[in-house]
Amino acid sequence: MAQMTIAEALREALREEMIRDERVFCIGEDIGIRGGWGGAFTVTLGLEKVARERVIDTPISENGLFGVALGAAIMGLRPVADVQYGDFLFNAMDQVANHIAKIRYMSGGKIKVPLVMRAPVGATGRGAQHAQNLEATFLTIPGIKIVCPATAYDAKGLLKAAIRDDSPVLMFEHKLLYGSKGARSESGAVDASSDIPDEDYVVSIGKGIVRREGADVTIVGTLLMMHLALQAADRLAQEGISAEVIDPRSLVPFDWELLEESVRKTSRLVVVAEGPKTGGIGSEIAATVSERMMDYLTAPIQRVASPDIPVPFSPVMENFYRPDVDRICGAARKTIGD
Amino acid sequence: MTYSSKFSLALYRKMVLIRQFEERVKYLFLEGVMPGTIHQSQGQEAVPVGVCAALKEGDVITGTHRPHGQAIARGLTVESMMHELFGKADGCCRGKGGSMHMGDLERGMLPAIAIVGGGVPIATGIALAFRLRKEPRVAVCFTGDGGVNEGAFHEGVNMGAIWSLPVVYVIENNLYAASTPVSQAVKLKKLSDRAGGYGIPGVTIDGNDVLAVYETAHEAVTRARDGGGPTLIDAVTYRITGHSRRDPCNYQPEEERKEALQREPIRRFAERLLAEGLATQAQLDEIHLAVDAEIEDAVESAKAAPDPKPEDALDDVFA
Ligand SMILES: Cc1ncc(C[n+]2csc(CCOP(=O)(O)OP(=O)(O)O)c2C)c(N)n1
Ligand SMILES: [Mg+2]
Repeated sequence: MAQMTIAEALREALREEMIRDERVFCIGEDIGIRGGWGGAFTVTLGLEKVARERVIDTPISENGLFGVALGAAIMGLRPVADVQYGDFLFNAMDQVANHIAKIRYMSGGKIKVPLVMRAPVGATGRGAQHAQNLEATFLTIPGIKIVCPATAYDAKGLLKAAIRDDSPVLMFEHKLLYGSKGARSESGAVDASSDIPDEDYVVSIGKGIVRREGADVTIVGTLLMMHLALQAADRLAQEGISAEVIDPRSLVPFDWELLEESVRKTSRLVVVAEGPKTGGIGSEIAATVSERMMDYLTAPIQRVASPDIPVPFSPVMENFYRPDVDRICGAARKTIGD
Repeated sequence: MTYSSKFSLALYRKMVLIRQFEERVKYLFLEGVMPGTIHQSQGQEAVPVGVCAALKEGDVITGTHRPHGQAIARGLTVESMMHELFGKADGCCRGKGGSMHMGDLERGMLPAIAIVGGGVPIATGIALAFRLRKEPRVAVCFTGDGGVNEGAFHEGVNMGAIWSLPVVYVIENNLYAASTPVSQAVKLKKLSDRAGGYGIPGVTIDGNDVLAVYETAHEAVTRARDGGGPTLIDAVTYRITGHSRRDPCNYQPEEERKEALQREPIRRFAERLLAEGLATQAQLDEIHLAVDAEIEDAVESAKAAPDPKPEDALDDVFA
């Protein structure tokens, strides 16, 4: 058992999988440069000690590197390709959306794509092009599994599960949860470290978890929003409102069973997601829950999300953009009706 | 070529303004009073200063994620930039852009583009507009050595070339893309050899010699304005500060860094000005003092300036 941050837990997952399986390799920008940082958030630091040739630094060519990773995956290798910021997935979008997501389907199921993609998300004072939460964008592209770890335990377990999966898996990681240290640390970071067991484990893709039990209202959120939901639940408890916090951990496939069970109990739902409200994760979850469980609901579902704007730079405006504990509490109170 | 004392001192002042601005910002950043992240350009000043000295009013540059030097060289005020860095309502992007999107189209610089390579097709498109509107204006696209490996670079330069547009592509080649040495990302010895693939002129120059940069840029800009099409300028320089924030640059070999400091553009130009009798030490000292005062004023006024209102975030999405 050892206490680890998310950055450390991801690094351990990569290290162990690279040792366990020679087909696993990392590919990305600045990930294994001598004297460098091990990627933008230190995740791949030192992995070249496992196998120099399996930590591949590329030029700044996202579309190219994701295509290269796809080619290798089709041939049976197990690449872990990353972008330094999730926003650059848009640079790789042709390969990701037109090829990675579709080639198995187009082959009539003859081809496997055991490819993992990693992308940091979240607004962190860097302006509009280093800030987007792209989870909802990728929900609209069938063929890619999506995981969103909020804790170091889940980060390690989900990354291992993703590497062992025969389908493309996209992992979103939140910059404020990495626990990066020293020169790479982030202001406003939230502690997401966990005790990590010594033995090998995976967290199944598609399995959510109840983070806190409650009776009056269900709050669902991933990544940073899961932590804010827990803080909101603490505050609501002081007001006599018992909130249940659900962390789906995966968005594709989604653990509807777990969420439905919770909503059946509480009859109220608040969905929290960083990113524009329109067409967001909240929209999808709210639509599905109302489709399936209208009769159980005693109040309209509330979505807490960002306004439909690019991410502004100034902290004053960025804080307005990012959902916060106040707004989550407000939404929960609204479902209860005071 | 020989240049007047006035012209030379103006170039010198701009370079010092960039250097001192960056040093002050670095300090503010480390103090923790400035939000976000920063990419700074200490050591690279001669490239944007030499290039922008060749531009006229109405010309437009596109910048990179490392835009402070480009912005100052193009003529943004350090005040409007400092306010932006503090996220203030009256910054050059009204607090919406920040360090990585510094710019002001009214002053001839598009808000900087922090997606590496993203500016290349955009600069080409700006030049296309100049052509279609029959305006004698030129677009200059700054990119890093890392930027040349994006698909957008290839697509953008190729279109500029086939349509002979009034655009100049300038590689601020500081030998590293973040931590990655250029030699590890491009097989060519000279990035200007890429130009041949597009059928346009390309030249590799000493990017730490501000006059060499100016002369090369002047020729390229003049050719572009006269209908002769694009040029690819590979200006070799060196970043004598971190890639971003508190980067200790452990990937830069000690020897290389030491040697680069010897070639540092500002002191080099000062020595030349003194040797050629174009400036006295007293004149140079005076420039440093005046620049420091200008920056200090900008810091004071930025600290005192009003923040945007949170709801201001909702404005400016659509026209
Ligand atoms: C499309 C894209 N990929 C990656 C990055 C992350 N990134 C920011 S700066 C940088 C290095 C850029 O190198 P270069 O073009 O040489 O410019 P320099 O930083 O040296 O000024 C990288 C990889 C980015 N901003 N955009
Ligand atoms: Mg560079």
